[in-house]
Amino acid sequence: MADDLKKLSMTLGESLRQQGVSRRGFLKYCAATASMMALPPTMVPAIAQALEKAKRPSVIWLSFQECTGCTESLTRSHSPSVENLIFDHISLDYHHTLQVASGDAAEAAREAAMHENEGKYIVVVDGSIPLANPGYSAIAGISNLQMLEETVAGAAAVVAVGSCAAFGGLPHANPNPTGAVSVGEIVKDKPVVNVSGCPPIPTVITGVLAHFLTFGSLPELDALGRPMVFFGQSIHDRCYRRPFYDKGLFAETFDDEGARKGWCLFRLGCKGPMTYNACATAKWNQGTSWPVESGHGCLGCSEPDFWDAGGFYNALSIPDSDLTRKTGYVVGAGVALGAAAGALNRSTRAKAAAQHETVTIDDLDKKS
Amino acid sequence: MPRLQDIAVKVESPDGTQNSHGNALPILHEIHHALQRFSSEGEYCCIDLRSLPFGPGDEEQLLQLLGRGEIHVTMDALGESTIWETAFSGVWIVDHRNAEGERVALQIEIGSVPKIVFSQQEDIVDAIDRLEAKLKEH
Amino acid sequence: MSTSIDFLLWVRGPGFDIALFIFVVGVLIRLLEVLILGRKADYSEPRGAELGAGLLTLVTRTAPEGGSFKRSPFTVVGGYIWHIGFLISLFLFVPHIELIDSVLGIRWPGIASNLVDAIAAVTIVTLVAMLFSRLTHPVKRFLSGPEDYLTWVVTFLPMLTGYLAYHRMIDPYPLVLGLHILSVELLMVLFPFTKLMHAFTFIIARWYNGAMAGRRGVQS
Repeated sequence: MADDLKKLSMTLGESLRQQGVSRRGFLKYCAATASMMALPPTMVPAIAQALEKAKRPSVIWLSFQECTGCTESLTRSHSPSVENLIFDHISLDYHHTLQVASGDAAEAAREAAMHENEGKYIVVVDGSIPLANPGYSAIAGISNLQMLEETVAGAAAVVAVGSCAAFGGLPHANPNPTGAVSVGEIVKDKPVVNVSGCPPIPTVITGVLAHFLTFGSLPELDALGRPMVFFGQSIHDRCYRRPFYDKGLFAETFDDEGARKGWCLFRLGCKGPMTYNACATAKWNQGTSWPVESGHGCLGCSEPDFWDAGGFYNALSIPDSDLTRKTGYVVGAGVALGAAAGALNRSTRAKAAAQHETVTIDDLDKKS
Repeated sequence: MPRLQDIAVKVESPDGTQNSHGNALPILHEIHHALQRFSSEGEYCCIDLRSLPFGPGDEEQLLQLLGRGEIHVTMDALGESTIWETAFSGVWIVDHRNAEGERVALQIEIGSVPKIVFSQQEDIVDAIDRLEAKLKEH
Repeated sequence: MSTSIDFLLWVRGPGFDIALFIFVVGVLIRLLEVLILGRKADYSEPRGAELGAGLLTLVTRTAPEGGSFKRSPFTVVGGYIWHIGFLISLFLFVPHIELIDSVLGIRWPGIASNLVDAIAAVTIVTLVAMLFSRLTHPVKRFLSGPEDYLTWVVTFLPMLTGYLAYHRMIDPYPLVLGLHILSVELLMVLFPFTKLMHAFTFIIARWYNGAMAGRRGVQS
C-alpha cells in the first residue's frame, strides 16, 4: 500500500527512470505521444518537459447504455499500448468491464478513488443515460443517472467516450424508448470533452487523456465539444480519394471499375463531407486502413444522430423524405387543384360572358 | 442477386505494386525546402508522417523515392527503432516501434543526425554514476 | 439538443417535403389554369400550319433578336451567361443528379466538379453584375419592382450557398449544406407564384406566338 502511494506521488519522469527507461526511450515515448495527440514533432521538447513533471491522474471509467465497443476499441490502442497507458500514464481505478474486483469491492474502489483524488480525477463515460425509467440500466443497484451525478461531483473533468455518451448514440435513435440522453445534457458544471465515434478511434481516446496528463488542461474543443486536433477537419477534406470527387470520378456500385480503381464513394452514400473525425490520418487496426480505404463510404458515426440521418447507402444530397416516394399523389393533388382552378376560371369567364350586356349609343347618351 | 461466380474478378498485376495517390510528391517538395533551409540557415526540421492523409501506396512510394543512404541505425529503447539516412544526405527516416513491433511514430528528420541518436545528458550523468560504481567494485 | 445536424436533417426531411409539395402543386395549378382556360375557337380559314411554326419559334426565340442585342448587349450576354451557368450547376453537378434520380428516377452523366465550380463562380459574378446594372441603369431601375429583386435574391442564394458549401467556407459543414438546401427550398416555394414560372410558361407563350403566326401565314 505504501509502495502504491509512493508510486502515485511520483512524477511520470521519475517512475519511468525507476523502471530503467533511458532518456532516449523517454524521448521516443514523447515522440509517440506527440504523434498520438496530433501535435507537430517540434512540440516534443515541450511535451518531454511537461511529462517529466506530470503526475498520473486517477481515472474512473463508467459504462452505461453501451455495447462495450468503445472499451474494445481502447484495448486495441497501440501507441503507447494500453498497458503503458494504464500503468504509466494514468491510474485507472475503476472500470467494471476490465477490473478483477466486482460487486461491493469494485464500488469500494470507485469510492476510494473519488475520496483520495477529490477534485482531481477524470471521469470517462461510455454509453448514454436513460431518463425514462432508472431501471432500464443500473450497476450494483445504482441507476446510471445517480452514479454519474455522484461520481462527477468531485471530478476535474469528464470525457464522454463514444457517440452514445457524447450525443446519445444508438439508444437515442428514433423513437428513443429509454429516453436516452448524452453526458453533456446532465453534466453542466464540469468541462465535458466529447470523443465521438462508434467506436471512437483508440488513439483519439488516449490522445485526450495524454493531453490532460501532459498539459494538465483539456484540449481546444469545437462547437460540439470535440477536440479540434482530431475533429477539426472533415473526413472529406483529409480523404485521399478527394481528387476523384473534384474530377467527377465516382464508383457507382461496390464492384464496378470505378470501385476497383478507388474512385470517390459519394454516390454510394459516403457521409465524409459532413463528418468530422481523424480516420483518414489516424486510421484503424494499427494504422492498417480505414473505411474509405477499404472501399466503403463513411457512415458519419462521429456526428449526432448519425443513425437517423437517412440511409447509409444514400448519397448525402438525397433528401430523407417520404414525399418523394409519394410523388404520384402530389402530382395528383396538383392536377386536381389545377383542374379546379381551371374550371373556376372557365365558369368566371362564362358568367362574365352571360352577364355581358350590349350597350348602344343611346344607352351611353342616357347615362351621360 | 448476382451469384458469386457472376461477379467479375479482375486480377491485379502480380508484382504487388500499388498505385500511389499522388500524396508523396508534395512531401518531397516540403523536404526539398526544409533541406535548403537546413543547408543555408542550419534550421532543423521534423515531419510527422502519421499526420498526413496518405492513401494506399503513398508511403511506400515516398520511402522508395527517398531510397537508402550510407547509415543505418537500430536503437533499442522501449522497443526497436530503426533510423536511416536516405539517399539524400541530411534527410533521415526515424521509424519508432514499440515492444510488440507496432509502429508508434514515423518521422522524417532534416539535419546532420536525428536528435535522438545523440547521447543524452541525463543518460551520460547516469552513466558516470554507474561507471563509478563499477570502478568501486574492482 | 439543437445542432447543425438537426438543422440539416430538418431541411433534408420535412423542409424538403413542404417545399416539394408547394412547388409541384403550385406549378401544376398555374399551368393547368392557363391551359384549361383555352382560347376562343378561330373560325377563319388557316393560311399556314400551326405545328411547324410553333416548334420553330420555340427555337428561334432562344436566340437574341438583333435589335435588342445592339441596344443592350450587356443585358443580353449577361442573361445568357447566368442562365446557362445556372442550368449547368443545377443539372450537371453529380450530387444534384443523385437528388434528381432519387426523386424522379432518371439520371444522366455529370461533369467534373471543379468545372462546375468554375462555371458557378462565373454565374455568381454575372448575377451580381446584373443586379448592379439593374440598380444603376435608370430605365431598368424604373421598370423594376419588389418582385424583380425578390426573384433575384432567391435565385442568387442557392448559387452563393452552393459555392460556399462546395468550398466548405462556413463551419461546420452540415450548417452550410443545410443553408444551401434551405435556400433552394425557398426558391421552390416562391417559384410558382412569381415570374420564375417563366421557366415553364415560356414554352406555352412561344408556342402560341409561333402557332398563331403560322396559322395566319406570317413570320413570327
